[in-house]
Amino acid sequence: MATSLKVNGTTHSTPAEPDTPLLYVLRNDLFLVGAKFGCGLAQCGACTVLVDGRATRSCVTPIGSLGNAEITTIEGLGTLDKPHPLQQAFIDEQAAQCGYCINGMIMKAKELLDQKPQPTEPEVRQALAGHLCRCGTHNRIVAAILRAGKQIGDKKPLGKQTGRL
Amino acid sequence: MNAPILTRRSFGKAVGGLVVAFSLDPAEILAQGAGKPAPLPGSLNTNRSLRAWVRIGGDGNATVSTGKVELGQGILTALWQIAAEELDLPLSRVKIYSADTALSPNEGQTAGSQSIENSGTALRFACAEVRGMLVDLAATKLAVPAGSLTVADGVILTADRLKVTYAEAVAGLDLDKEATGKVAPKPVTAYKIVGQPTPRLDIPGKVTGRIAYVQDIYEAGTVHGRVVRPPRYGSTLEKVDDAAVIKMPGVIKVVRDGSFLGVVAEREEQAIKAREALAKAATWKLGPELPDPANIHAHLKSLPSTDSVLGMKQGPAPAANARTLEASYTKPYLSHGSIGPSCAVATFLNNRMIVWTHSQGVFPLRNELAKALKLPAKDIRCMHVEGSGCYGQNGADDVALDAALLARAVPDKPVRVQWMRDDEFAWEPYGAAMSMGLKASLDAEGKIADWRYELWSNTHSMRPESTDGTNVLASQYLAEPQMPGPAKGIPQPAGGGDRNAIPLYDFPNQKVLHHFIPDMPIRVSALRTLGAYANVFAIESFMDEMAALAKADPVAFRLAHLKDPRAKAVIEKVAVMSNWKAGEAGSLSRGRGIGFAKYKNLATYVAVVADIEIDRASGKVRVAQAWAAADSGLIINPDGLRNQIEGGILQSTSWTLYEQVRFDKSGIQSRDWASYPIMTMPDVPKVTVELINRTNEPSKGAGEASHGPAVAAIANAVANATGKRLRDLPLDAERVKAAIG
Repeated sequence: MATSLKVNGTTHSTPAEPDTPLLYVLRNDLFLVGAKFGCGLAQCGACTVLVDGRATRSCVTPIGSLGNAEITTIEGLGTLDKPHPLQQAFIDEQAAQCGYCINGMIMKAKELLDQKPQPTEPEVRQALAGHLCRCGTHNRIVAAILRAGKQIGDKKPLGKQTGRL
Repeated sequence: MNAPILTRRSFGKAVGGLVVAFSLDPAEILAQGAGKPAPLPGSLNTNRSLRAWVRIGGDGNATVSTGKVELGQGILTALWQIAAEELDLPLSRVKIYSADTALSPNEGQTAGSQSIENSGTALRFACAEVRGMLVDLAATKLAVPAGSLTVADGVILTADRLKVTYAEAVAGLDLDKEATGKVAPKPVTAYKIVGQPTPRLDIPGKVTGRIAYVQDIYEAGTVHGRVVRPPRYGSTLEKVDDAAVIKMPGVIKVVRDGSFLGVVAEREEQAIKAREALAKAATWKLGPELPDPANIHAHLKSLPSTDSVLGMKQGPAPAANARTLEASYTKPYLSHGSIGPSCAVATFLNNRMIVWTHSQGVFPLRNELAKALKLPAKDIRCMHVEGSGCYGQNGADDVALDAALLARAVPDKPVRVQWMRDDEFAWEPYGAAMSMGLKASLDAEGKIADWRYELWSNTHSMRPESTDGTNVLASQYLAEPQMPGPAKGIPQPAGGGDRNAIPLYDFPNQKVLHHFIPDMPIRVSALRTLGAYANVFAIESFMDEMAALAKADPVAFRLAHLKDPRAKAVIEKVAVMSNWKAGEAGSLSRGRGIGFAKYKNLATYVAVVADIEIDRASGKVRVAQAWAAADSGLIINPDGLRNQIEGGILQSTSWTLYEQVRFDKSGIQSRDWASYPIMTMPDVPKVTVELINRTNEPSKGAGEASHGPAVAAIANAVANATGKRLRDLPLDAERVKAAIG
């Protein structure tokens, strides 16, 4: 039986079984390859997407559990031509070495900035505590998120929780 | 992105384009000339055709090739800068194409921080020569002397502003010839692109979810493979009752060849489920037990070794009553810990194998695959696409054979195999465990009079083609097993386990003894820095111990034993950056230490100062801040260099404070991130890096240069904070707590 999913504003149908982790459907059926397989155990964060605005580990989230939830992937934030301020900030800070973890860093940061547009540096570090980076790019990642926060925060009143940009 | 973007569509084209019109096999090109060819700069020496490196299109734009691969270290961007600089083209008119056995120069492995030296030098000379050829063609066309022409942005100009564009000059260009290496590259003073902080080519695609990794490659009809590895090394598959597995949804085939066991399914999640079921259905005859982890270092030392003496210096004998210290240090097995498990996509089509791989060496991998698959190398094409950061040999080569074995069983179908987390942790080849023994004595002036150093280590390279035999994991488990040949050391001066074992300090008497242990109870190969991380940890820790014995300040003590002005300069610089104060006492709330090395004794100089704090209750060490001064000679991309130096410090901090591969006699126990913890974001130190740009010195690799100085600075800071010297890595909470009580 096909399952419907609402991803980046569009409804898709997948033949995958309801117990299939969302990650494989995104990557292999919808060709949204931004979310990465890192561990399949919700330990590293590379597979993170937003489900109704909440950062969610897609590697352990069965599609059958999602109902009508709004799923947002990194492709839904912005594009090469029109990057989201977070994506642009990662480019400006050159905040990647191998970059495999960066999807998760950006998606978790999106959740954070939606809740708190101008977080402090310790708040950013704490928010990313469950996201592993192996290349040692941590400090640039934090700098990129602070930069994006500043840019986004400057454009809207502080404390307003919009859920999306 | 400027680098070739792999699309779902272009994969099909690439498959169709397997038959290539020309060969770049260096042996073939060499065979065309008689006698021994004159040496050429960098990798031009082994890939002598200009066309292997540079092609100019009808539009006057350039495509350059390198045999080196992007590993997240930014190498393609740096090489791209070098090529554009010498071609006098803007970056936007140069494309760079990386490692493909059908199309690129064979530069072996991308390893040892040598890409700038080898590939960068080759591109510099090849591009300078091609630019010269274009200028000559324009001179003929304009009937003016070539020397009177200048070039800017691909336009060749006479003094009175007559011009010929590259697009106009290219018609007569013949690149099917050997490079001469005789056209001088630009002087550094003329550089416009090299030396500038150039944004990386690959980052925009990576932050917007574009296809950027081998993990992302997919073509219509792609099927998914997974492998079932044994419970531990050397086990044999006695039987597998796969009847139920074959009936599982989507399963196309269970593939068994001896003790190699895998499954191919239509969908990825189906392959993963089938793997789990297949693992339960398999019965193994277990291989030998692993050594007892409690005695691993003693066990390794008890194995036969090949011994060599290095760095021997014999001066006046030290006094009989000289103050002497002796100490031993150890380093555990470390995992590469790539965030993304290894992956490959293979297609077996018309008896040819096409493999997309994140191997660090597509040519060596191709030759290993040829042996394992019993196919001629010419019928195998390996194409590099980035993977997750590897930091040495992770499962990249092994998964390529896994994918090829599965692809051979289901011809015409692209088979994508990604290792599961436990495959990567339990089966990748680790960085070797090491033991280091030191003894030194002081002369009457408090300087080191005699230095004795011994180290025990397995090999640090079992990469494809680094030994005889076959060096990809699954080949050992086939019905007709192919085993790797005996491990070989890497000769000095670069060295393997003995990398950086010879101190850069000036001691009148010195002896370094390397015990190379060929037998490997636990699978090991190259991990970033090879032996340098452990050797610099031991040497630099012991330098602090000797400084304390001499009642000298660690910075002054190091400077007093160094002659090399570039070494002194990085130490002096980092001391200023960190506001180092001689003789400062440490406490649990702040300990401070310094570490220094010249990587491989051949490449980048780095000195690091670390400030640490220790939680008394748990013993947990946190590095609060680190400062680094680095000298890599001429800097190509300062931002890329900073990123590498800082990344190395942070990775080394994680290795040093948290990491060791857990195992017991039954097998490897580190199988996920809970059983192999690494540093997380809240514990990451602030890092300040300053670079010394020496425009008259050759550019040296920096990708591995800061790990050794960082571990040493942290270890010395822990000693400064606690008053106790911890000589066994990692300096984890348990060990530190035991030391401080």
